[in-house]
Amino acid sequence: MTETIQEDGRRGISAPLLRRLKGLATAVLSLAITMLGLLFVTFVIGRVMPIDPVLSVVGERATPEVYERAFHEMGLDRPILVQFAYYLRDVATGNFGMSLLTARPVSEDIARVFPATLELASIGTIIGVIFGVPIGVIAAVHQGRPVDHAVRLFGLFGYSMPIFWIGLIGLLVFYGILGWVGGPGRLDVYYDDIVPPVTGMILIDSLLAGDAEIFWNAVNHIILPASILGYYSLAYISRMTRSFMLEELGKEYVVTARVKGLSERAVIWRHVLGNVLVPLITVIALSYANLLEGSVLTETIFAWPGLGQYITIALLSADMNAVLGGTVVVGLIFVGLNMFSDILYKLVDPRAR
Amino acid sequence: MSETWHQWLTTDTPQSRRQARLAQLYLGWLNFRGNPLAILGLAIILALVAVAAFAPFLATHNPLAQDLSARLTVPGEGGYWLGSDELGRDIYSRILYGSRITLYIVTLVAVTAPLIGLLVGTAAGYLGGWADMVLMRLTDIFLAFPRLVLALAFVAALGAGIENAVLAITLTAWPPYARIARAETLTIRRADYIAAIQLQGAGAMRIITGHVWPMCLSSIIIRMTLDMAGIILTFAGLGFLGLGAQPPLPEWGAMISSGRKFILDQWWVATMPGLAIFIVSLGFNLLGDGLRDILDPKRGSQ
Repeated sequence: MTETIQEDGRRGISAPLLRRLKGLATAVLSLAITMLGLLFVTFVIGRVMPIDPVLSVVGERATPEVYERAFHEMGLDRPILVQFAYYLRDVATGNFGMSLLTARPVSEDIARVFPATLELASIGTIIGVIFGVPIGVIAAVHQGRPVDHAVRLFGLFGYSMPIFWIGLIGLLVFYGILGWVGGPGRLDVYYDDIVPPVTGMILIDSLLAGDAEIFWNAVNHIILPASILGYYSLAYISRMTRSFMLEELGKEYVVTARVKGLSERAVIWRHVLGNVLVPLITVIALSYANLLEGSVLTETIFAWPGLGQYITIALLSADMNAVLGGTVVVGLIFVGLNMFSDILYKLVDPRAR
Repeated sequence: MSETWHQWLTTDTPQSRRQARLAQLYLGWLNFRGNPLAILGLAIILALVAVAAFAPFLATHNPLAQDLSARLTVPGEGGYWLGSDELGRDIYSRILYGSRITLYIVTLVAVTAPLIGLLVGTAAGYLGGWADMVLMRLTDIFLAFPRLVLALAFVAALGAGIENAVLAITLTAWPPYARIARAETLTIRRADYIAAIQLQGAGAMRIITGHVWPMCLSSIIIRMTLDMAGIILTFAGLGFLGLGAQPPLPEWGAMISSGRKFILDQWWVATMPGLAIFIVSLGFNLLGDGLRDILDPKRGSQ
């Protein structure tokens, strides 16, 4: 401790700046190492795969000469580290190879399916935040009372349900029995391919095209899967909000605000919640990243043509390029969102700098 | 009689180390008993164990026996308490036997993942320096992957099946334990009693396993109980996608998957196994929540 103080004193004014630069460099370096490790893991998974990558390119009837040449051209006779270097180069240039299933570059496929996942996860997160934060606040204010227990139980229910099961039950009840929402898919079949794809997100595209009918149809289809994802995000967000709120409510400024004569509503919803929102950013980013992942099963249930369904279908048909490409993209998004929330946190909260 | 036990266990002046330890446990139990939800959770887990142990006595049918003349029977009819599936197998009996698979994978993961995490985390925390940096980077890399997607990729590489699914889940489940174990180790590494054993000449291995591990246990156990539900759900998800237990094994996730085709007309085929998963995960979550209130010193002082 004394050492750092001496050091800072000697360096004078430039020390804080230097320390921040150093902190930034460390952050960038650790991010780079994490991403490299992530790519190495997928690379290794791809190598231990019991599927022969050469056969999947040349086909089973290729002559030994053709096979040998393809083997050489794919770089499979090089040392493993060289192969990894090739892999890194490919990923850096967005080349994940060709998908066996669609016979198109995997990167193109992912770019095509990703907006659907983004749309679903975004609506889910919005639902989670809109309901989760107030519920968490109410639970914290009524700590230990029936409302608090009810909220806790409601959250635990969310943590305990298999998402694919609740999706099926949702379809059964709200689509099969009540008929309130649209069935699986993003639109009714006869609306398909009418709106020109601009962003790939139908809710936005239909608005851009000024087609209200298609917009409402899309809303009808997205509301159930998004609510189910939203429930998961709500369970997490409300729980974290509650514990952050409890921590803040015990602080002295709360007493000061009350003594000053502020209304209870102003104290809780403006002063305390205002302070809680900062750490909540991280929680919301994390839950957003989780929804992007959680959509793997949800998309399967709701025939939602997104990244999750793409990976699943590729997996079942042994389309390894597509699986690994999808995994890398999901991993990178995950890491990216985490980093983004860190940075945002530091921007908003001066104490964390 | 019970009164004297109570007194012996709650005395302020324990006569032996054993009495003090038992008293500690007893106090925890008294605390735990006051939380009805945690008791409910414990009851669900005990019921799961009992059902798995006595499945042959509780089942009304052979879980694998098909009866095509009794396909998709409505619950309650023809001796099928929870109905029958598309091959005329009794869903009730299949769920009972399925509890064995669930218990099996939960136990396997619960033994291996925390152990790997403990090893990595305590080694990183105690040794510090380069070892710490390398081990924690490794942990971060595995944490960087979303769990289900990484498990999916692993299973794709290793092939579908229960053992590979367990392996995949373990490989994705250990990093949080490593984080926890490291944090705990850092707080006690400089403690006087550790210095005392070091002076007595104990090696790093002995200190870590004998004196650091016990201190990490309570946080690891809480995390483990809360993690169980996640493990069950991930495994069911793999089963649902056809990558976990293979047919005809009565795995709950796979059962939901086969009932998916009939969800609008024969709702029970998918609903019943889902309820089983839900109840068991809820049990672990309730228990974990209760345990955390008791064992977590940070929350206890609030």
